[in-house]
Amino acid sequence: MTEAAVLPSGALADPPQAPTLLYLDGITVTFDGFRALDSLSLILAPGELRAVIGPNGAGKTTMMDVITGKTRPDAGRALFRDEHDLTRLDEAAIAELGIGRKFQKPTVFETQTVWDNVLLALAGDRRARRAFRFGETAEERERIEQVLTTVRLLEHRHRLAGGLSHGQKQWLEIAMLLAQDPELLLVDEPVAGMTDAETEQTAELLVAINRDHSVIVVEHDMHFVRALGCKVTCLHEGRVLAEGSIDRVSNDPRVIEVYLGR
Amino acid sequence: MLRALIGDRAVVMVAALVLAGAIGVAFANQSLPPTHELHASVFAVGLIGKYLCFALLALAIDLVWGYAGILSLGHGVFWGLGGYAMGMHLMRLIGPRGVYGHPVLPDFMVFLNWTELPWYWRGFDQAWFALLMVVLVPSVLAFVFGWLAFRSRVTGVYLSIITQALTYATMLAFFRNDMGFGGNNGLTDFRELFGFSLRDDGTRVGLMLASAVAVVLGLILCRLIVASRFGKVLIAVRDAESRVRFLGYRPEAYKLAALVVSAALAGIAGALYVPQVGIINPSEFAPTFSIEAVIWVAVGGRGTLAGAVLGAVLVNALKSWFTTAMPDLWLFALGGLFILVTLLMPKGVLGLVSALPTAFSRRGVIAERPA
Ligand SMILES: Nc1ncnc2c1ncn2[C@@H]1O[C@H](COP(=O)(O)OP(=O)(O)OP(=O)(O)O)[C@@H](O)[C@H]1O
Ligand SMILES: [Mg+2]
Repeated sequence: MTEAAVLPSGALADPPQAPTLLYLDGITVTFDGFRALDSLSLILAPGELRAVIGPNGAGKTTMMDVITGKTRPDAGRALFRDEHDLTRLDEAAIAELGIGRKFQKPTVFETQTVWDNVLLALAGDRRARRAFRFGETAEERERIEQVLTTVRLLEHRHRLAGGLSHGQKQWLEIAMLLAQDPELLLVDEPVAGMTDAETEQTAELLVAINRDHSVIVVEHDMHFVRALGCKVTCLHEGRVLAEGSIDRVSNDPRVIEVYLGR
Repeated sequence: MLRALIGDRAVVMVAALVLAGAIGVAFANQSLPPTHELHASVFAVGLIGKYLCFALLALAIDLVWGYAGILSLGHGVFWGLGGYAMGMHLMRLIGPRGVYGHPVLPDFMVFLNWTELPWYWRGFDQAWFALLMVVLVPSVLAFVFGWLAFRSRVTGVYLSIITQALTYATMLAFFRNDMGFGGNNGLTDFRELFGFSLRDDGTRVGLMLASAVAVVLGLILCRLIVASRFGKVLIAVRDAESRVRFLGYRPEAYKLAALVVSAALAGIAGALYVPQVGIINPSEFAPTFSIEAVIWVAVGGRGTLAGAVLGAVLVNALKSWFTTAMPDLWLFALGGLFILVTLLMPKGVLGLVSALPTAFSRRGVIAERPA
């Protein structure tokens, strides 16, 4: 890529033809010579819900690290809304653009209450000089209550997040994503540690969220992926192995060999 | 805002204790005759005043260590610079009354055969200017240091080591005579402040009371900061800095603001300390002093504000007792205390004091869980 193709804001002059929300273009990430992502390409349409599957170490989490600015790729670009190259932005700038993330290992602010966790995630001015405020506005309160009701944590709002069960922390992180209200949600293994009933509820919730957000979900649980009823991408050794409907992907002999068959 | 202010009972109680204690000591010195058994000597007044300055320094450290996770092992640099700014003002106020009787130059400059006041000593004859510098110099240093360190994401042990190096380098610089700060003798032989003689008991009492007021105002400011939205972000940064970034915050801006406020508080503490002890020299920048100050906070209870004040007073009272009773053992006692607290009382003295009420409320927490 030449410098001339880049506009001052880091926007690129030559977007792909069809409108895309996210366009990963030949992303390569190496750790000490090991290729975690090997020229990975992936296109997500606006409003899409996408499930990403693949064996351990396939590079699913690394892909999310690249999209959110945690990891800088050695090669490739990640275009958001056809104009922003995410590989040139830092974490906060990417979050501000409207990309939110739930981590594989649930990461909540353990010493703060469930309520304050959601408050911190709530969309709004993030600048330090605007943060000398107390309590929350009526609107903010209403929004937090709404989000906590959605994930059934309202009655736990005064508890410290560190005291929640693993499953509840997963819910809290989803609540934080909802509060952040990003255009694109990256959700890494949301149902690990959840019961079957909770897993089902989470699938329903993600489908509901997808009504006005784009979502990428990484998950190993095939029942859960089936319940999402969306396009599936299977990664293997840092590349796309198969892509399509759940039936097509789960019947692909290569997918069965490296992933499902084991 | 008021609710946030009084929301921490320990802070309210310690603030009340500081005020009441200081007023009590002032009264016992000024109004009770020396023969009265509750009379407080000038020595005692000076001691309490010193402890209160240490308490303000501890509070400053707790703001960044307890709430932003920045373990500064070099807060002595901010304290010392505030102290030197005050010391320079006190030097200028000596005027022609020095040993050499020079109308403008302090004694040590005459001694060095200097003929002119260095440019950075100008303005320090004005109280407003000196007081401004007390706050400004430490703040600017903290801003520059923090901006560089936080922007390149230096954290943890590395950051601590750099803060330690910063205060050490400053100490070495101030030891040099040609820096113009009196070399290893520092600045001393002060006479008056704001027109009051530093040898009057009344002035000593006034300074001690001013220190108490400064501690209380510091508690109020820090409490407001940590209870605000800003404070919540700061605590989140302390616990999971990278997570905060993915929410769209820039932790470096929050840490920088906290460090600058903390440095200003440390500078004020140092400035109050100098007229009460009558001297400022480079030993205030010694790495060991900064580490001791961190231990006060650990002993009192990190991340509690009230604990920092308590810890500073308790440890220094203990130190005063040790250094008269068995001076050789003090460093061992301090080390032992630190190990004891780290192993047995992670929340410090304050955690111990507040353990009783939580033992009761624990039942409530269980009841809150769904069946
Ligand atoms: N920071 C790192 N340093 C070195 N190697 C890494 C790092 N992060 C990931 N890897 C390696 O890159 C590969 C891809 O890891 P990644 O976490 O993306 O896999 P994954 O598909 O999310 O797997 P899982 O299903 O187990 O979560 C793995 O082999 C992993 O060991
Ligand atoms: Mg993973």
